[in-house]
Amino acid sequence: MVTIAAIIYEPGSTTKNKTGSWRTFRPIMDNKKCIKCENCYIFCPEGTIYEDENGDFKINYDYCKGCLICVNECPVNALTSIREEK
Amino acid sequence: MMNKKQFPREEYFAPGHRGCAGCGASIVARMALKAIGRDTIVVNSTGCLEVFTTPYPETAWKVPWIHTAFECAGAVAGGIERAIKALKKRGKYKGRKLVVMPISGDGGTADIGFQSLSGALERGHDMVYIMYDNEAYMNTGVQRSSSTPLFASATTAPAGKISKGENNPKKDMAMIAAAHGIPYVATACISYPEDFMRKVKKASDIEGPAFIQVLQPCTVGWGYSTENTIKIGRLAVETGLFPLYEIENGDFKITYKPAKRKPLKEYIKMQKRYRHLTDEDIEILQKNIDEKCKLLGLE
Ligand code: SF4
Ligand code: SF4
Repeated sequence: MVTIAAIIYEPGSTTKNKTGSWRTFRPIMDNKKCIKCENCYIFCPEGTIYEDENGDFKINYDYCKGCLICVNECPVNALTSIREEK
Repeated sequence: MMNKKQFPREEYFAPGHRGCAGCGASIVARMALKAIGRDTIVVNSTGCLEVFTTPYPETAWKVPWIHTAFECAGAVAGGIERAIKALKKRGKYKGRKLVVMPISGDGGTADIGFQSLSGALERGHDMVYIMYDNEAYMNTGVQRSSSTPLFASATTAPAGKISKGENNPKKDMAMIAAAHGIPYVATACISYPEDFMRKVKKASDIEGPAFIQVLQPCTVGWGYSTENTIKIGRLAVETGLFPLYEIENGDFKITYKPAKRKPLKEYIKMQKRYRHLTDEDIEILQKNIDEKCKLLGLE
């Protein structure tokens, strides 16, 4: 059923769609090397890098599409990539 | 300043959207919303961003959002702004500044939405208009727009034996917006988030129309691998091809000056849309840039 005027009532509901399945490469974060420059955090087109309760950056693989922008923009190579295995 | 968070942690743009891996347009939306915050009303005309963020019945937006036809982001945004004013007179939204943010691609801004944008700027509606510029109609398959740069190949301006791709220079939308005499105009690039977000915030604080043209590389249309979106944007600025500036109440100011401009060739060589170019062609483009940079004081 289409709502009147095609209104969508649930903000941010694309989260139902797990784009992690798109990945061919997986970025891996090494928190020991990370200097928290926030490059990966701000450049991720999915906004899928987040800070955990310890203030460490983590990747949410449910949505990471594996573009590897984060790997490319990390100044200290705290991010690397491996081929995704299914 | 130790451990101070550079960028706000609130997210108003959800993952799960259907943007391509490495999409520059999503980066524009995410950064702009972080800069303004939750009291933003987004007016999104047809284009990539609109299509991939709202596959019905889902939406990636966590702020009020409305889709408009290609032609009318300026007009719809103007109407919303007047409605807010009228409601405020009746006591609604006390003490809140609601920011109306039309966001359209280069096609929706420089071509199809141009007249309604020009009207909105001239009438002086309080809004932050964002033009996300990926230099062609990417959503429908890389057709050229008036923002496609000289010699770039597009499906309706293909490079071949006779043609070198697009045969007109890129329309200078920021300067055209500035010619309306509005209080704030800026150029920006997603590779410089501090600069872009500062400009968006400033634009939202200013009364009256503000126009920001933000360059965002596109993996599919420009032809490069996904991890290079930010790198290519940076090269566009470092070569002087896309200078970052702002014009506040008529005062022009460069906001980022590359220490030494890089040769344009570095930028060109990374993109398939330019792969047909010879060294002589690149030389022509380099000369154009040198002249423009001279005018803007970017030696
Ligand atoms: S690979 Fe791309 S989508 Fe995944 S975390 Fe890195 S920047 Fe985000
Ligand atoms: S880019 Fe690298 S150093 Fe910077 S926050 Fe991300 S992982 Fe840490």
